[in-house]
Amino acid sequence: MGEQLAQYLASGLVVGGIYALIGLGFVIVYGVTRIVNFAQGEFVMLGALGMVTLTARGYGVGTAFVVSLLAVATVGALLERVAVRPLRRAPALAVLILTIGASIALRGAALLSWGTDPLAVPAFSAGPPLVVGGAVVVRQGVWVLAVAASVFAALWWFFNRTYAGTAVRACAVNPRAASLMGIRVDRVSLLAWTLSGALGATAGAVIAPITYATYDMGLMLGLKGFVAAVLGGLASPPAAIAGGFALGVLESLAAGLVSSAYKDAVAFVVLIAVCLAQVAGWLPWRVAQES
Amino acid sequence: MAARQRVMVLLGAAVVLAALPWVVHSRYVLAALVFIALNALAAVGLSLVMGFAGQVSLGQAAFFAVGAYVSGVLTATYGCNGWLAVVIAVAAGALTAAAIGLPIFRLSGLLLAMATLGFGIIVYYVLVNWAAVTGGPSGLTGVPPLTVGAFRFDSDARMLWLAGGALLGVLWLAGNLVDSRIGRALRAVHGSEAAAAAAGIDTARLKLGVFTLAGAITALAGALYAHYLTFINPSPFGFAYSVELVVMVVLGGVASLWGAVLGAAVIVALVETLRAALPLVSASHGAAEYEIALFGVILMLFMIFLPTGLVGLARRPA
Amino acid sequence: MTTSALLEARGLGRDFGGVAAVRGLDFHVAAGTIKALIGPNGAGKTTLLSMIAGALPPSRGRLLLDGRLLPVGRPHAVAALGIARTFQLVRPFGEMSVLETVMVGCHRCGRSGWLAAALRSGAQRREEDALRERALAVLARMGLAARAADVACALPYGEQRLVEVARALAAGPRLLLLDEPGAGLDATEHARLATMVRAIRDEGTTILLVDHHMDFVLDLADEVLVLNYGEKLAEDTPGAIRRHPAVVAAYLGEEAA
Repeated sequence: MGEQLAQYLASGLVVGGIYALIGLGFVIVYGVTRIVNFAQGEFVMLGALGMVTLTARGYGVGTAFVVSLLAVATVGALLERVAVRPLRRAPALAVLILTIGASIALRGAALLSWGTDPLAVPAFSAGPPLVVGGAVVVRQGVWVLAVAASVFAALWWFFNRTYAGTAVRACAVNPRAASLMGIRVDRVSLLAWTLSGALGATAGAVIAPITYATYDMGLMLGLKGFVAAVLGGLASPPAAIAGGFALGVLESLAAGLVSSAYKDAVAFVVLIAVCLAQVAGWLPWRVAQES
Repeated sequence: MAARQRVMVLLGAAVVLAALPWVVHSRYVLAALVFIALNALAAVGLSLVMGFAGQVSLGQAAFFAVGAYVSGVLTATYGCNGWLAVVIAVAAGALTAAAIGLPIFRLSGLLLAMATLGFGIIVYYVLVNWAAVTGGPSGLTGVPPLTVGAFRFDSDARMLWLAGGALLGVLWLAGNLVDSRIGRALRAVHGSEAAAAAAGIDTARLKLGVFTLAGAITALAGALYAHYLTFINPSPFGFAYSVELVVMVVLGGVASLWGAVLGAAVIVALVETLRAALPLVSASHGAAEYEIALFGVILMLFMIFLPTGLVGLARRPA
Repeated sequence: MTTSALLEARGLGRDFGGVAAVRGLDFHVAAGTIKALIGPNGAGKTTLLSMIAGALPPSRGRLLLDGRLLPVGRPHAVAALGIARTFQLVRPFGEMSVLETVMVGCHRCGRSGWLAAALRSGAQRREEDALRERALAVLARMGLAARAADVACALPYGEQRLVEVARALAAGPRLLLLDEPGAGLDATEHARLATMVRAIRDEGTTILLVDHHMDFVLDLADEVLVLNYGEKLAEDTPGAIRRHPAVVAAYLGEEAA
């Protein structure tokens, strides 16, 4: 039993790392622009499919990863410039539908480019699965955690030790005051979307060897990443990371101990449970608190 | 819209509705019109929640599914009378909405929307997995069409009358509601919840009431859908459909019942047009594959150029 | 202590995080009077009004209306007991007309339910007519009858504030809470406001008024409550307050026009 639990924990942490990366993308965009980017899941999908194409063309995994990242980051930037900026004075619902349209458009484009079949991506390094404390973890799983941890560290450094990152935080707290201090809020918005594109692509690139890449993988991943972000309050990157890992582990435990048929529903049951707990006043922190 | 004006417009629409099957002979167009009517019915329910209670519901498809499955199972599996089954389905939609709404309406804004999203998806999973009752992913066949004596609602034209008639009836009732004291209270809550509460309006109960009503209306659409297709499976009732309904409402213009109808018409027409026109334009790629991408792009363009929806075009603010 | 205290506060307190916005407050408002609530910025005036209106639960202490505890955290229940309020920043109901806005104010005067409304039953239509009459009467008293069909949020600011007051009056409240009704009004509008407030008092409504304009307030009020840093500094007639050394000191340098 202990070994089984360790197994569930291990796979839960791997998936959790992905949810954390995706959740971060949501939090950064929402923090700066107060927009929920429905297309975040599609960034993940594009990162994964980008890896498929680039590795098939013969590029090494490392190069493919970087190129894929840059490409999807550009997509994020383009989306911000072309679609989101014109709507900065529009009602929030219109922007929501806009991002929904963007996610549909990206999914359609992916369908045209890659078809419907799930495609394989080579793992970052070859070799047999590792055994850690009774749990069997595929090598790529370790890569997921390693990449995730590096990203979190890089982001921490960026937000706390660089001017640009501090500017992002300032805009998230109070955009008007930030602009009065000379921060170009529109540039920060562009940066936020670019960054979230990169984060999504990272998640996709690193999970694709495990789960295969398909044009519609973004929907569920995006939703679950969003749940992770909301669990953490949608306002704070560290909380989103914690939410992601918590969700991943809960999902894994539920699938293993209760029933794997309802696996995808777990995230939403957790979401409802947290919402209800907030209503009942049992939650020691506030979820998705906005001004 | 004043009450008398509304009755006039609805009567006019009823006349047009009655005449349509004699004017339009294409089964394809008639079927599309039935889908418009059913989607419009579901969207009108959602429009009450979004436009008047000011809450985004990302799980409305769940009520459509509840309506379809309750009516479908009662008639196909248990031989219940069709009309009775529809009534029970509507009640089931209302009860489900009330049960979901009761705990979550103390939340606000984003969290409320997320909770509706969560419930919608959970209902979907229950439908897919409760195979003993719902037939699981392969669905339920043998749902009988509705009948009145020997007259069977089993053709596109007849279902158009039924669905269209239901839509017009709901539009009349909902329109009256919007103009009434309760409708005013709803609009007040949408405008400023704090001020509405200060005026003595129990905002939580009102929002719950609207949500319940919307659940009932959307369930009606689902039930009619089941008796139209005579076959139902869970796949049209997932999160994507909830999103589609939200799109319809926003596209038409949020605080407007006619906007919801317009939005439904535009979306269904858009999808059907793409499906029909694409093979003509491009013979190479499976044309259906362009459909999704184009739909997304068109949606984005709509929002960039018409953020207040189609009805917003007619009503330029002073 | 007056025997006819309509509203009474005992040991009222409210914390935000570690800061006490209001602390240890005891006061009363006598029925049929105009009581002014004044104090420097941040003294806790709006917090106090929000607590009375039921929008903000107190952290400590009690609020009594006619000797009975006020419901906590449920503004609509407080409104049902006859307490109405206006807001510092006018909050229009979307694009509603002035008449409809005031009709919302007497929402509780109607009883018809959802079914009756959807079917436009005879009783419901009669009730609507009665509500409309009532709203028009209130608008007429405020001199706004001509504006009934106009969109409320398109009106000049001063008139929007009057619509707010009309909305609060529509249900015939026993206690009216006015949060800075004079903000943004010029001298003429202030005089009109003062006359109106007196007229409301003379019809039997008790008024608790928050405002920064000292002359306006001290002329109008029957009694004045002064807050500073969330605590009661003084509670007395306007004449006495004008001469109160601690009040003058608290306001030194903040004397409003």
